[in-house]
Amino acid sequence: MKGANLGEFEELVLLTIAALVNDAYSVAVCDELEKHTGRATKLGVVHAVLNRLEEKGLVKSRLGDATSARGGKRKRYYEVTHAGKVGLTKAREARETLWNMIPGFNLEGSI
Amino acid sequence: MKQFSSETDPPEAERKDREPQPPKLAQQLLNWYCRPAIAEDLQGDLNEYFERNLKTKSVRRARLIYWLDVLKFFRLYTIRKPDFINLFIHWIMIGSYFKTSRRSLVRNKLFSFINIIGLAVSMSVGLLVIAIVTDLRSYDDFHEKKDRLYRVVTTYQPAGQSPMKMASTSVKIGNMMRKNVAGVEDVTVLRTGFSGDATVGETTLPLDAMWADASFFKVFNFPMLDGDPTTALKEPYSLVLTEKTAKKLFGDVNPVGKTVRFDTLQYKVTGLLKDVPKLSHIKFSALISFATADIKFGKGDPNFYNWNNIWQNYVYLVLPKNTNPQTLQANLDNLNRQENAKLEHVTMNVSLQPLKEIALGPKHSNQIGPTTEPLIAWVLIGLAFIIILSACFNYTNLSIARSLRRSREVGIRKVIGALKGHVLGQFMAESVMVALLALVFSFALFLVLRNQFTALDPHISDIFSLELAPELMLYFVTLAVIVGLLAGFFPALFFSRINAIQVIKDVSVLKVFKRVTMRKVLIVIQYTFSLIFIATTLIGYSQYRGFLTFDLGYNTENILNIKLQGNKGSLLAKELAQIPEIRGISKSLMITSLGSAHGTNIKYKDPNDSTMVWLNMVDEQYLPLHKHKLLAGSNFRLRPKQGEESEIIVNQQVLKRFNIAKQNPEKALGEIVTVDGKKLDIVGVLKDFHYGTMENKIEPVMFRYTAEPDFGYVNVGITSTDLPATMAKIEDAWQKIDKVHPLEAKFYDDQIEEAYSQFSVMIKIVGFVAFLAICIAFLGLLGMVVFTTETRLKEIGIRKVLGASEEGLIYLLSKGFLGLLLLAAIIALPATYLFFDQFVLTNFAYHQPIGLSELLMCVLIVMLPACLLIGWQTIKAARKNPANVLKSE
Repeated sequence: MKGANLGEFEELVLLTIAALVNDAYSVAVCDELEKHTGRATKLGVVHAVLNRLEEKGLVKSRLGDATSARGGKRKRYYEVTHAGKVGLTKAREARETLWNMIPGFNLEGSI
Repeated sequence: MKQFSSETDPPEAERKDREPQPPKLAQQLLNWYCRPAIAEDLQGDLNEYFERNLKTKSVRRARLIYWLDVLKFFRLYTIRKPDFINLFIHWIMIGSYFKTSRRSLVRNKLFSFINIIGLAVSMSVGLLVIAIVTDLRSYDDFHEKKDRLYRVVTTYQPAGQSPMKMASTSVKIGNMMRKNVAGVEDVTVLRTGFSGDATVGETTLPLDAMWADASFFKVFNFPMLDGDPTTALKEPYSLVLTEKTAKKLFGDVNPVGKTVRFDTLQYKVTGLLKDVPKLSHIKFSALISFATADIKFGKGDPNFYNWNNIWQNYVYLVLPKNTNPQTLQANLDNLNRQENAKLEHVTMNVSLQPLKEIALGPKHSNQIGPTTEPLIAWVLIGLAFIIILSACFNYTNLSIARSLRRSREVGIRKVIGALKGHVLGQFMAESVMVALLALVFSFALFLVLRNQFTALDPHISDIFSLELAPELMLYFVTLAVIVGLLAGFFPALFFSRINAIQVIKDVSVLKVFKRVTMRKVLIVIQYTFSLIFIATTLIGYSQYRGFLTFDLGYNTENILNIKLQGNKGSLLAKELAQIPEIRGISKSLMITSLGSAHGTNIKYKDPNDSTMVWLNMVDEQYLPLHKHKLLAGSNFRLRPKQGEESEIIVNQQVLKRFNIAKQNPEKALGEIVTVDGKKLDIVGVLKDFHYGTMENKIEPVMFRYTAEPDFGYVNVGITSTDLPATMAKIEDAWQKIDKVHPLEAKFYDDQIEEAYSQFSVMIKIVGFVAFLAICIAFLGLLGMVVFTTETRLKEIGIRKVLGASEEGLIYLLSKGFLGLLLLAAIIALPATYLFFDQFVLTNFAYHQPIGLSELLMCVLIVMLPACLLIGWQTIKAARKNPANVLKSE
């Protein structure tokens, strides 16, 4: 099933949501991603991924409280579900396994 | 007022003024397309970015980014799914809508009448236009290969002149296509102009036919009843008849295998065709194999197969499936270059024209069948559209004006739970119902109109069938639905926005009169169009009368022109001379001033300076009979035999063109001009007269002598008190000369009228449209006046009690409407005047000035009934007893 596999960007978004704990809403996710990956992240892309993750059942969302900021519009906060956590863990394990298979991995030169 | 608001407005509003807000329209767009579940937080996100952008960028840029983002978020996962529940509710409620609509229609009989009759009348015009356009579009649809069929057309351009598009082309290109050009499935060559007397046994009938080659039936689908389509047109002297022709010649006997005699030649009938459908651009009563034409012309005339012999031949071809005609055009361009190199002073370029663009497409000369330019179709559609729009205006105007009465119903519906969309749907459904009801009436009107239309001009019934196909019915219903939606949209929008609670509490809060400006604008538009149509009709008619009564420079009264049809003019003249009512007989090659022309080049002293001069060949009786005015010299004196002429009579323009004798008519006599290699003496100079129609300027014209114009006319001057008896005598005389052809005789004045018949048809059509437009506008005005006076009854009562006079009240009530009509007149009349002056009449070299009387008459036609109508209603209102009006509360 396609839904069980995480795309690279999906994984990053999912991780960011988990990292932001209680403050994970679309704009914050965007900013955080930009900060850590150094890539310019468009809201349109993140929004679509969030929507897809929710459809796959990897995250769930709720609307926050209304404030006067943002023209009075509420934020939608995301939270990683159990399935999401399983997915992340699996992805990480797969990587670990692969890393462990590499005999000697030395960087030649600086990053 | 301003002070007051600034004190009470909340501080939020002040902050709004300071801080730039995201573009409102973009927000609305987002809310409209976005799923409600995600709309709020998405909008919040965009707002957050907007605020962020404000810090670093200009306000305009931030707004632009906002807009772009809103557009970018239009994606599959964000858009709202259509609301099926809503449709379902509409479906359940349709019974209820129907019931309330019916009640409302019955309750307001006058308004329902105005709406339904107005829509019905206007839609009947729409139906007629739909039928016409459908006919034009379905021309030649019965050919199986219609999408791959093309006609070769020619652009003919003499050096230094503007190009002329010809539907005809050379036989040569047809043969080249068949032999040398690859990528053509089939080619057929047609030639028009066969005309002869067909004899079968005892019967002899004149028969016109077309030459067609053997592949004719491979290209076209004309169903053959008997005979073999593959071989029918192969052999020389083969003849294929249509059912109708066969019946005339052979009666009920099957003609296939029998022979028909033309003069001395025997033609064999090889096929019997079903009659040619009406919607075919190629029309014929018989076909003759092209091999016959090859024997008749091809062998003798070296010019027959030349590239520049493009006057009577038509080439059609079928391309293989999925071929782009552009690729073939490249081949044709090569041929064009190759062949034009051999021509002098002229180029003739061939190109392809799709079959479906022949009947409804650009104008070509030498057309083989009827052609309508798309522009004409668009003008008709435009006229119908304006009329329908006018009726829709009435509906909109009256519905909104009367909204007070229905607003409670809407209020209750909304309180019970109807959404905006439901109310909108209800009123749209109602107007569609009214339109469908109107369609029933308009269909009946259409049937009447159809007969009137085909009777307008004999040609129209040849071009259009206007049959009631199921497809057409579908278009009709579609039109009614569209008209319903169009008419009902604004009222429905108005009702759907009504505030339920306010309306139920107090109807008077409804701002019906807020939209008065819009209604006034609609009335002005209606009347402007009506006035333009009426003015066009009146001016057009007076111009048309002007053309008919124009002094052509000679006499056309009581002259009967008899077509000779190949008979000897002198024989006929001898017979006619026996009739005492005939005061004069002359013979001529053609009839002038009807639009047709003959011309030859003539030269004066300078052998290199020649010019085309229009020509008529006449006998010595012609000039006196038509009372042409000679400025100098005399009529033809000699009676030369064919080819031995030496005299010529010219008009002043010829003298002017060559500056003969310094344009002095007396001195020009005896000068010699060269025509067709002959030296001719000028024996007479005519005062300028009209050889062409009013569209042309007077140009050089000459008369040459002939005693026997074979295919010309005999002109007969008649002084008769009993015309039918005289005509019978002429008929008898004709019968003695020619038993085969029926007499073709027409009075000169009638022929002139025919020459301008297109104008008379146009005037009739525009006049009819004008009549409808003004009727609909009157209906609308009546509705508005009745409504306004009704709602102001109480006001009038109070004014009367306070001492207002009846005249004063009438003035008060009617001045608004009269002002609108006046405004419409001020817009419409100068517009029409300019239109005629700048565009229409510039096409005519000779015309009468546009009279002020027509414009005034047009105002009178519109204003008088309108004033009567307004006066009638306002007097009725002003005379009401105020006690009765004010009592009933």
